[in-house]
Amino acid sequence: MNDTQKLIVENIPNLRRYAKALIRDNEKADDLVQDCLVRAIGRLHLWEPGSNMRTWLFSILHNLHVNAARRQNSQPDNTALEAVHETVNVMQPDQDKGLMIRDVDRALNHLPDEHREVLLLVGLEQLSYAETAEVLDIPIGTVMSRLNRGRIRLREILDTTGTSHLRRVK
Amino acid sequence: MSTSNTITQDDLHAYVDGYLAPNDVERVEAWLAENPEDAASIHAYQLQNSKIGQTFNQMLDEDIPNEMLEIVTAKKEKPATNSIPWLRLAASIVLLLVGGMSGWMLNEKTGSNAQRDQVAFVDQAVGAHHVFVSEVRHPVEVPASQEAHLVKWLSKRVGTQLSVPDLQDGGFQLVGGRLLADASLPAAQFMYEDSTGRRLTLYVRSSDEEVDTSFRVVKDDGATAFYWIDNKFAYAMVAPMDRSTLLPIANKVYQILSGQ
Repeated sequence: MNDTQKLIVENIPNLRRYAKALIRDNEKADDLVQDCLVRAIGRLHLWEPGSNMRTWLFSILHNLHVNAARRQNSQPDNTALEAVHETVNVMQPDQDKGLMIRDVDRALNHLPDEHREVLLLVGLEQLSYAETAEVLDIPIGTVMSRLNRGRIRLREILDTTGTSHLRRVK
Repeated sequence: MSTSNTITQDDLHAYVDGYLAPNDVERVEAWLAENPEDAASIHAYQLQNSKIGQTFNQMLDEDIPNEMLEIVTAKKEKPATNSIPWLRLAASIVLLLVGGMSGWMLNEKTGSNAQRDQVAFVDQAVGAHHVFVSEVRHPVEVPASQEAHLVKWLSKRVGTQLSVPDLQDGGFQLVGGRLLADASLPAAQFMYEDSTGRRLTLYVRSSDEEVDTSFRVVKDDGATAFYWIDNKFAYAMVAPMDRSTLLPIANKVYQILSGQ
């Protein structure tokens, strides 16, 4: 494996983690990462040696995700029913352990994609604001406003679900 | 960070994410001591970050799937062993294309209609591919566990004895199939899936086309479709792969379905 390949491989665990957190379907997430790697390898000549491999790979992943999401949105409403089922299932009381984990995962899912992406790139992948702007191809000011709105919204969701859970358990 | 005493939203987030210089940290902390609402927000945001970390961090420890490693290293290590069969395949495709085209020219009169018909056919096949591969719960009507019934049923509806090619060599397992309406004609769709969840569909319906055509290929965004007409039936194979990856599998399907 040459140095460039090593650099790509080093980023795979982060790409997979981010994709899974973003789309909440492990198989599809790995599929997305795989497509991202295929595309990266195919366009390796476009990558400037010495530049940021991480942001480059994440931006490829982001673009693929946007395309896939667009395609899904243009399709018949088959998923709407599943979404309802899912919410119903999760609302059932669970063991307290791990509840917090499901809470964050679920709460994130209630955010629009564009807020979730920023929260995950900054809060999970610990990309700088400038790197996040580069990955999403948006101005840094937009990163900051999405971060702010996303965090405010996430806080509201976590506060309300926390309370309703306590009530239900009693 | 601004030089005035005002603390902005951006400063607060930068504080949460650890991007402030030490003396700016002090200034924010002094501000927070006097502004309990902002302090509560900061606390909530820090908690969010740590919850997000706790929720997803264990995913970093998972082994990297071999498929992914192979994608990254493939270019370096594989060409030497692959080049010969690859060339042979490529050559056979070129021959098939030439064969198809000469048949095409002989049939000049109906050429444009036929072409339109083919475009419509491929559109249907690719459209059906996109609709059903994203289906999580009901990707197929009849699952592969009832393969015999599936084949019998779809053969009867489509009007020819179908066979379901075994694509395990290419890493694809049959998921099942369904009956579809293509304009007013019944069409069959078989779906395959590989270990990473990539899905491939094979689409078949009868065709008015008199002349057989060989392999043709079309690329949609995100998917490649190989299609051909054989003995009054039109076939299309669609998968979210690039043409060179899909070609060996398509070639195999073509040989199996046309050879019977």
